[in-house]
Amino acid sequence: MTHQFPTLSEAQKRELHETALRIVSPGKGILAADESVGSMAKRLAQVGVENTEENRRQFRQILFSADDRINSCIGGVIFFHETLYQHSDNGVAFVKMIRDRGILVGVKVDKGVVPLAGTCGETTTQGLDGLAERCAQYKKDGAVFAKWRCVLKISDSNPSKLAIAENANTLARYSSICQQNGIVPVIEPEILPDGDHDLKRCQYVTEKVLAAVYKAMSDHHVYLEGTLLKPNMVTPGHSCPTKYSPEEVAMASVSAMRRTVPPAVPGICFLSGGQSEEEASIHLNAINNCPLAKPWVLTFSFGRALQASALRAWRGHKENEKTATEQFIKRAEVNSLACLGKYSGGDNHGEAGHRIFGSCHAY
Amino acid sequence: MTHQFPGLSPAQKKELADIAQRIVAPGKGILAADESTGTMAKRLQKINVENTEENRRTFREILFSSDPSIANSIGGVIFFHETLYQKSDSGKLFPQVVKEKGMVVGIKVDKGTAGLNGTDGETTTQGLDGLSERCAQYKKDGCDFAKWRCVLKISHGCPSALAIAENANVLARYASICQQNGLVPIVEPEILPDGDHDLQRCQYVTEKVLAAVYKALNDHHVYLEGTLLKPNMVTAGHSCTKKYTPEDVALATVTTLRRTVPAAVPGICFLSGGQSEEEASLNLSAINQVPLHRPWKLTFSYGRALQASALAAWVGKTANKKAAQDAFCSRAKINGLASKGEYKPANTASQAAMQSLYTASYVY
Repeated sequence: MTHQFPTLSEAQKRELHETALRIVSPGKGILAADESVGSMAKRLAQVGVENTEENRRQFRQILFSADDRINSCIGGVIFFHETLYQHSDNGVAFVKMIRDRGILVGVKVDKGVVPLAGTCGETTTQGLDGLAERCAQYKKDGAVFAKWRCVLKISDSNPSKLAIAENANTLARYSSICQQNGIVPVIEPEILPDGDHDLKRCQYVTEKVLAAVYKAMSDHHVYLEGTLLKPNMVTPGHSCPTKYSPEEVAMASVSAMRRTVPPAVPGICFLSGGQSEEEASIHLNAINNCPLAKPWVLTFSFGRALQASALRAWRGHKENEKTATEQFIKRAEVNSLACLGKYSGGDNHGEAGHRIFGSCHAY
Repeated sequence: MTHQFPGLSPAQKKELADIAQRIVAPGKGILAADESTGTMAKRLQKINVENTEENRRTFREILFSSDPSIANSIGGVIFFHETLYQKSDSGKLFPQVVKEKGMVVGIKVDKGTAGLNGTDGETTTQGLDGLSERCAQYKKDGCDFAKWRCVLKISHGCPSALAIAENANVLARYASICQQNGLVPIVEPEILPDGDHDLQRCQYVTEKVLAAVYKALNDHHVYLEGTLLKPNMVTAGHSCTKKYTPEDVALATVTTLRRTVPAAVPGICFLSGGQSEEEASLNLSAINQVPLHRPWKLTFSYGRALQASALAAWVGKTANKKAAQDAFCSRAKINGLASKGEYKPANTASQAAMQSLYTASYVY
């Protein structure tokens, strides 16, 4: 406790830190394309497409075959395990397609949520067993970062002290193991937007959760300069009757981060949660224009908020592939501007304004 | 735990944040003039001056009646209780003298350390009893900030988990109570430089201690924007054989703070510990030149490192008053520059300045 035992060498630290910085280079964020098979089922069902391995491959191909315009917008792509070993129609490994354009490859390593007995429907996340060996293998297979999602929710009694502590601890164990294997951990303590709570409540809970997360990181000797955070923005619950401006969301989000996330963390990549593509971009832009001092990069790690329009344009039809890819590129460029605070707002709300929300999302 | 109950009103928060910002305004730091009676005994003994209330008053008079330009370098002054109710030669209460020069008045509110049973000589700090009422009175009497010092030490078995947790908790309770009464709490978790440990060990321990402090502050719902931190710089133990440059100290210190202190904290005001006046200034200047992003002000809260030369010049003689004030103003100006990373030392520093101010296991 008072003596430091060897954890990472200088070289290991440098590698982790440089990887983290590259992912969040100015103007860049993360494409979260790591939907599990179960999550993809929901996505594809919404556009009337059967959830087969081939269809999943086709859709990821639509994203990964985007042209060089995305090279300056996307710093990293999070893969699901299955996708890491899939190939394009031309037989090129997806991992190679991504790496060859200077985009870093990440992999989702958690194994989903499991219930915490004695709580009101709360969960922790599993996946620690054999994680070191899995990380070592993923590193050999081209991944340089990982992602692990924990889930908390706000209700009258939640999140409970146990849920906060247990999820913080799990995230810290995961992070520690990743770093030992040369993998930058993206730390995701998502607080769901389900509920009718207001903005202030979300801010309060987010601050408590993040304080616990970073205390756990310290306890587990995690090297913060070699990590990234993927939190929720601070927003009201989806059923909250009060409406808030993007500036209010931005102020609440940045305040919460300033009170809890040490400056040593290189980047904060917000998840989009139930927000529409346009909402997520507008919020990210407002966050980057918030007048409070922000010592970390503030960018995106979006799944639905980057892919929704592309998915709808595709609808499983080969002839729509190019259009679908264009939709994705458009959102990537918008979010690149947003993470620089330079997005002046949607000209064509059309596709992007569509609300994407499925209650109690577990993907 | 999941619901926010009323803590501070927006007006209270604004007042606290404004006070904190004023104390650490660019180029300014804190004069820690809060030595207890017992500690003043040691100071005065070194210059063969008797430790009487009048002598203590006289020395503080020398400091507080310095040229008003002192306020360009000093944002706040920490008082000891006795001094808060003493008067200058002109019959004005000291807090008023200080305030009129544009400096914020602070007060030491802890009541010294107490042993932690079952540990290897570790302590916690007492003073929480009736603290709320005392803070309310101090606010009426002109104070806008407070200071509370906890002490930890590095040795084979120290600091223990208990010492870290207990001191962090007591600092958080103190901070919470202060804010309720309109006083900005300066949070001081001092890790003593006693020992032969190296720079890396001090860094490791400081990171653990500060992580615990900020978790406790969060648990106790303390409003960070209305607080200041007064930590040790990260340095090697005083008996460590390896020597480090100001740049080594600066990098270790800033790295530690970046890993533990949220950006919401407006300012970090280092204590000088056992460093000489010159060392404390050089280190502070180097800290402000570290090429890492530093989202808080990094300045000083110095006692000995601002007053040593002044004491040595005074030696209890009225005729030396101006010389003492000149010495004090000089150090204040130098530290003001250091807080902006602009202190470039002249070739010669005075003997008194270079003399190490270290005394074993310092308790003031």
